[in-house]
Amino acid sequence: MAGIISNLGLGFEQALSLTNLFYCFVGVFLGTVVGVLPGLGPIATIAMLLPVTLTLKPVSALIMLAGIYYGAQYGGSTTAILINVPGESSSVVTAIDGYKLARRGKAGYALATAALGSFFAGTVSTFLIAGFAPALAAFALKFGPAEYFSLMVLGLAASVSLAHGSIIKALAMVVIGLLLGTIGQDLYTGTPRFTFGSLDLSDGLEFVALAMGLFGIGEIVRNLEDESQRTAIVQKVTDLIPSKEELKRIIAPVLRGTALGSVLGILPGGGALLASFAAYALEKRVSRHRHEIGTGAIEGVAGPESANNAGAQTSFIPMLTLGIPSNPVMALMIGAMIIQGIVPGPNVINDKPELFWGIIASMWVGNVMLLILNLPLIGIWVKFLSVPYHVLFPGIMAVCCIGVYSVSNNPFDVFTMAAFGVVGYALVKLDCEPAPLLLGFIIGRMLEEYLRRAMLLSRGDPMVFFERPYSRYLLIAAILSLVVVLIPSVGKKREEAFRE
Amino acid sequence: MLRLPSFIKSPKDFFAGILFIAVAGVFASQLRDLPVGSAFRMGPGYFPMVLTGLLGALGLIIMVGGLRGKGEPISNVPWRGLLFVVLPVVFFGLTLKGLGLVPSLAVTVFATTLGSTHWNLRTALINTAVLTISGWLIFIKALGLPIPVFGPWAGGY
Repeated sequence: MAGIISNLGLGFEQALSLTNLFYCFVGVFLGTVVGVLPGLGPIATIAMLLPVTLTLKPVSALIMLAGIYYGAQYGGSTTAILINVPGESSSVVTAIDGYKLARRGKAGYALATAALGSFFAGTVSTFLIAGFAPALAAFALKFGPAEYFSLMVLGLAASVSLAHGSIIKALAMVVIGLLLGTIGQDLYTGTPRFTFGSLDLSDGLEFVALAMGLFGIGEIVRNLEDESQRTAIVQKVTDLIPSKEELKRIIAPVLRGTALGSVLGILPGGGALLASFAAYALEKRVSRHRHEIGTGAIEGVAGPESANNAGAQTSFIPMLTLGIPSNPVMALMIGAMIIQGIVPGPNVINDKPELFWGIIASMWVGNVMLLILNLPLIGIWVKFLSVPYHVLFPGIMAVCCIGVYSVSNNPFDVFTMAAFGVVGYALVKLDCEPAPLLLGFIIGRMLEEYLRRAMLLSRGDPMVFFERPYSRYLLIAAILSLVVVLIPSVGKKREEAFRE
Repeated sequence: MLRLPSFIKSPKDFFAGILFIAVAGVFASQLRDLPVGSAFRMGPGYFPMVLTGLLGALGLIIMVGGLRGKGEPISNVPWRGLLFVVLPVVFFGLTLKGLGLVPSLAVTVFATTLGSTHWNLRTALINTAVLTISGWLIFIKALGLPIPVFGPWAGGY
């Protein structure tokens, strides 16, 4: 316990420095904005800002990027409640009950619940990370190549089972990502692989170009598909301060949402999206007002909103302690670390304690900022909604173009981005989600390295992955996560959950 | 819209399968020069070879699935949007070093605005001006990126 406090003290020292406070603010501010704006999400924003972070210190860079992610959870719920347009996919379920509450003139209550629930969840999960992360990192230090290989397989398997639509397509996307990751020089021999004789490819595809193409450019084209104007009629928001009874009613769902979200966030493949869906389903089952859910019950806002914020934050645990990204946002965070010359993994906590604890403390600081930003300033965010997409997207394009070029001042990266923009759009058209591809790409090199090392150590015996106990458990978990969604009844539930 | 042959029951699956097989084919064509090695000492070709085989097999399963199960048709592609988003990016990559940031970005942004069906000249011009100036301020003045403001093709250096 004393350890946690002294560690958090070190973290707050970092997070409360003037520079880092500034970048934390920039992060949560941008996060709220992109959360409010439909058509621009945290993935695209973080991808766009990766080049900019090159000029910052690693702590500041990661604090800002993290702020974008959890800030977007706040902003996304605002639009979901006010105009029934979830700014983020993790706010989809919030819109069901939140918007109905708003139509009944209870927008203030719903917004306050979302913000307070998120803040509570954010506080709890900050302490959870502080408590669990060091233990997990210490445990992971005992891992050998076989365990790491199996851990990564588990991460990939989970991302497949949680992707929308067909499992087998998601599996193919992971494999394509892994294959794209092999482009460039071979790790051990330096042999150029799949470079087609091009020098530009000898260092492999640029991660930033790939991410911006898939999630930035591809997303723009998809948004241009349907340009029907949003007509946002927003009522005036009043009664932001809930009464005693109203507060009492949200306590239980907030607690349930926080607990569920924290657990689901840690799981590989988890995060805000899964957490919010699961919390909504849970409230439907156990809440005292479960019959009202779907018709405008506050529990349908309190549960998912607490859960998505808790999940968003605890999903940092596997990323910070094991170096394994559990969702595409975490993959981008790992990308940001690598750009900064930090090797992600269990050593980060010992080698760079100020970075590790600084990020964690900044999350709590950021949550305080978000509470202030969101409740009194709600009117400003609503104004952002009136910006039409056709005015917005050229700006996104401009930032993508300059940003991707600036990573290594190479026009080739700009072309790579254009190509993956087309690829990303085509994949979405064919109902293939690009997120597993990005995960595969970022994990690919590490996965191959650990595979080759483990096989070298075992003299070519693949049974090593099942003989070492932790490796065996991880692989069994990976297989289970795939098998479970193939069971017809679960598969149906999963589709329902995503459709809702 | 192009009429698809009737044996394709689920076009999204069918074409996704074809796409995966094609990608596997491209990688397979480059595998020949890479030593595979053994499971004990894997060469540079081992891991990609396994993946290529796996991708081809998955693609085949998905393609065949598209011949059997039923599925939605592929919705319309916004060709205008696609064209005016991708081509300006390519233009930017080709001309940034030669023209410099200001001319290259201005043309890129203006061309991009044409991608929307809600295009009008006034918004397009304002957007171009605002983004070009703020691009110059943020990326060159503030962040100091080594990009010429006006390149050699535009009379700069």
